[in-house]
Amino acid sequence: MAKYLNTPIFGILISILAFEIGLFINRKTKIAIFNPMLISVTLIISFLLYFDIDYEIYEKGGSIITFFLGPATVVLVVPLYRQIKKLKKSGIPILIGIFVGSFTAIVSTYFLSKLFGLEENIVLSLVPRSVTAAISIEVSKEIGGIPSLTVAATTLTGIVGSILGPYVYKVFRVKDETAQGIGLGSGAHALGTAKAMELGETQGGMGSLSISVAGIITVFLAPWLMKLFN
Amino acid sequence: MKVFRQLAIIFGVLFVGHLLQHIIGLPIPATIIGMVILLICLVTGIIKVEMIEDVSEFLLDHITFFFIPSAVGIISSLEYVKDDWLPIIIVIVLSTIIVIGVTGLTVQVLKRLQRGDGRDG
Repeated sequence: MAKYLNTPIFGILISILAFEIGLFINRKTKIAIFNPMLISVTLIISFLLYFDIDYEIYEKGGSIITFFLGPATVVLVVPLYRQIKKLKKSGIPILIGIFVGSFTAIVSTYFLSKLFGLEENIVLSLVPRSVTAAISIEVSKEIGGIPSLTVAATTLTGIVGSILGPYVYKVFRVKDETAQGIGLGSGAHALGTAKAMELGETQGGMGSLSISVAGIITVFLAPWLMKLFN
Repeated sequence: MKVFRQLAIIFGVLFVGHLLQHIIGLPIPATIIGMVILLICLVTGIIKVEMIEDVSEFLLDHITFFFIPSAVGIISSLEYVKDDWLPIIIVIVLSTIIVIGVTGLTVQVLKRLQRGDGRDG
């Protein structure tokens, strides 16, 4: 089977089809856990495992899709630019909020992982998971994690954050639009920000600001905190 | 050519980010440096939003889709998490809830303090 699929078209086609199915099921059921991303990824993984197709064959097309993450992350600045007045008005609460978010992410991940008795290299792979994959992978290498596991944990964080974020805000009564965006962007990077954009323009802009600021904070904070804890 | 012109601007910004990363040797990825460059260009008016608007909208509308292959890549790290996948998922879920909740509340409370009143807004 593999020799028929050994073309980038396979990975791209199956990704589009799986995402369409995911969107369709999500629209029909309107259940948050039936997230389009979660459905499509489960479908693709099941397909690859069932037909025993190497990830490398899927990745020929997959890497072409992943390529667009770079430019897509850069233009996250556009919704931020549209909200620049709000940023000027609430600059201090926003910056403190993103710092608190990055700090909480590293510390809570570290101690929860220890509590569950995870091995050191797995703990260190999870620590940078709340910032965008481009950064978390570099931080993971620096502190001694397993980069591919970090990418998986980062993606899972984004999916979990975008599904649970709105419920967390209901429970904690976070109604402020700026606060909602900062929380989703700091806690669940670009996937959280995609959800923030659904909530509103302010949320989207603040989410994208958090991605870059939280990313930069984590680059410096994570290695320093890991030294402190050991 | 409009789409390609807009793409070229965005790729140009990314490329400068890439160059700066190598020249300065920062541990910060090219995409994040690119974000900072694009923001500076937009604020100073060197790039107008209209010059990249259509392609930006397309990219942002589909950003979730662009994450699919990375998520499928979870397959290749299954070997590390054979016995630990459940605690790992629990840690990720709990910590993500804590981070989003704590961060959202912090910003909301600080904004109220800054304004010196107790109302929502």
